[in-house]
Amino acid sequence: MTGFLTYKWFGPDRRFLLPGRTTSGHYQIELACSACHTPWMGVKEDACYNCHAEELKAANDSHPKSKFTDPRNASRLEHIRADNCVTCHREHVPDRTHAMGVTVPDDYCFYCHQQTLKDMPSHKNFAFNSCNNAGCHNYHDNTALYTDFLLKHASEPANKDSALLPKRDLLAYLIEAGVVKKSKSLTAEQQDAPATVKSDAKILHDWAATAHAQAGVNCTGCHLVEDKATHAKNWSDKLDYTACVTCHKEETQGFLGGKHGMRLAQGLSPMTPALARLPMKPEAAHRELNCLSCHAAHDFDTRRAAVESCLACHNDEHTLAYKRSKHFALWFNEENGDAPAGSGVSCATCHLPRETVETDGVKHVLVQHNQNLNLRPSEKMIRTVCLNCHGLAFSIDALVDAALVQTNFIGQPHGHVESVDMAVQRQMEKKSKSKPTPITK
Amino acid sequence: MKHQKNPKMILAAGAAVAVAVVASITGCGKTEVAITKPAGFTPQQMADALFTVMASDRGVYTKQVVNRLQNEDQVIKASEHWKDDKALPLPAQMFRMGAEAVTAKNAGFTYSLLSLWPINKQNTPQTDVEKTGLKFVADSLGKTNYYAEETLGGKKYFTAIYADVAVSPACVKCHNNHEDSPRTDFKLNDVMGGVVVRIPTE
Repeated sequence: MTGFLTYKWFGPDRRFLLPGRTTSGHYQIELACSACHTPWMGVKEDACYNCHAEELKAANDSHPKSKFTDPRNASRLEHIRADNCVTCHREHVPDRTHAMGVTVPDDYCFYCHQQTLKDMPSHKNFAFNSCNNAGCHNYHDNTALYTDFLLKHASEPANKDSALLPKRDLLAYLIEAGVVKKSKSLTAEQQDAPATVKSDAKILHDWAATAHAQAGVNCTGCHLVEDKATHAKNWSDKLDYTACVTCHKEETQGFLGGKHGMRLAQGLSPMTPALARLPMKPEAAHRELNCLSCHAAHDFDTRRAAVESCLACHNDEHTLAYKRSKHFALWFNEENGDAPAGSGVSCATCHLPRETVETDGVKHVLVQHNQNLNLRPSEKMIRTVCLNCHGLAFSIDALVDAALVQTNFIGQPHGHVESVDMAVQRQMEKKSKSKPTPITK
Repeated sequence: MKHQKNPKMILAAGAAVAVAVVASITGCGKTEVAITKPAGFTPQQMADALFTVMASDRGVYTKQVVNRLQNEDQVIKASEHWKDDKALPLPAQMFRMGAEAVTAKNAGFTYSLLSLWPINKQNTPQTDVEKTGLKFVADSLGKTNYYAEETLGGKKYFTAIYADVAVSPACVKCHNNHEDSPRTDFKLNDVMGGVVVRIPTE
């Protein structure tokens, strides 16, 4: 028995030792036990924060751990240990895991917020377990749902007149940041691969047409790889994401943080469609995911990476419906030059959104490569994606309609979330009421 | 000639040894050494010192940044959603962000800003000491602090509550006009709430 267990522990397949099916968020790295567990199988204190801390910070977490470590909130912890992620997000318990890896019943808000429900007459008919799944409130991320935000965007139409995405400006940013020199655009004749490397006219032609050549990134810029032992740089034909990270640091970090690259981040073999739980195209089963999977090596075409690269692997209902959607029609028109740049909606528009960030004091627009970051809850998509083209109320209605999401938004939302209306109503009531009687001391 | 044991001598020697043993055990006859107690702060002194710094920093921010730039020079607003609105954080938020940073550093003590008339109901007093203390400092018009001990989550704390006074027109103007404020008649130098400093004592 000891020998068998030892073999299983150190051997190639440790799935036998998993105590229960893992969540969709973690299944890819389920065999990297040390990502979450101590050697004696306790859960590491900071296991969750190692991957999720930045995301929670960016979301202005409404229920951070610090709220519950304050001694004045000690009585709240008697109801639910909300100072610990695994209280609500337990792994290996598939029988009680529901949306977003939550493993407590949906009424967990009620533990602390009974008074809120009593104080708000507008909420008196709401079900006690509907706080967090009706498109109004989230436990962590309420950046698109807080009252003043609803009021600010209350009068927006379903489709905005000016519906354009922010323009990507990577080259301009790299020049301003001093990573790339402006005047160093290269031609095929200026390639600097060593003589020992077999020349390929097609590769040279492809490369010369790309932004890499325009930015002065020659062959050795990517193909010289440092030997870890000797620190000598040698030519390599086999490159991985480490070749891209020098200039594309944020994009690489995003890639490693999402479902495409999280195995690589844990030192596991690259993700392949064969390992995925979502439906994937059989012919793509063994394609390894890295930067080159979507962006080919020498003719990287970001337009192709935005749609066709996704369709090459993904085979679910939402993906297959895309080309019948209005979003694709806009993309098609933009590709053909019949619509302005930035008006088309590709897979990447929603799933790899353009974000304005600041790096070393320089503002620039980059593509967020963590495709998982704005997926759940779906309201996370509102600010960086939907609001570019749609009003807030319409966006909330569309994202809450799970059936509409499945069909890739072919049609109109079926229901209506009243959050914006309620915020406006409350504001009007407060303004029209007479001021409260001053409290005498 | 045989030496005969003298019983009286033996008794005297035994008594002397016994006295010596007792004396050494009891310290009898030792010279007294003055023992000075080590210098240190009482929890109350520590809380008072912390509050002095907090109140001063926030007072400077309220007067020299928020009131000056928003109300006098009118070049920028202070807003609850300061990141989205590209505005200044409210003084209460500046205070709370400091409190969060202190908690994140595991400094041991915690502090918070509460009120009997909060805009955000999460800042209502929760523990019995908070409820009593906030009322106490308000009734005393900010002239007297409130100190107590309490046990929360099985741990003992020394809790100090200080009146939070409207030091600037920015304070009363915002609270009186806020649609969620349960009071709209605050005046300059009124007690608007309290700063609660909590120091673990075990």
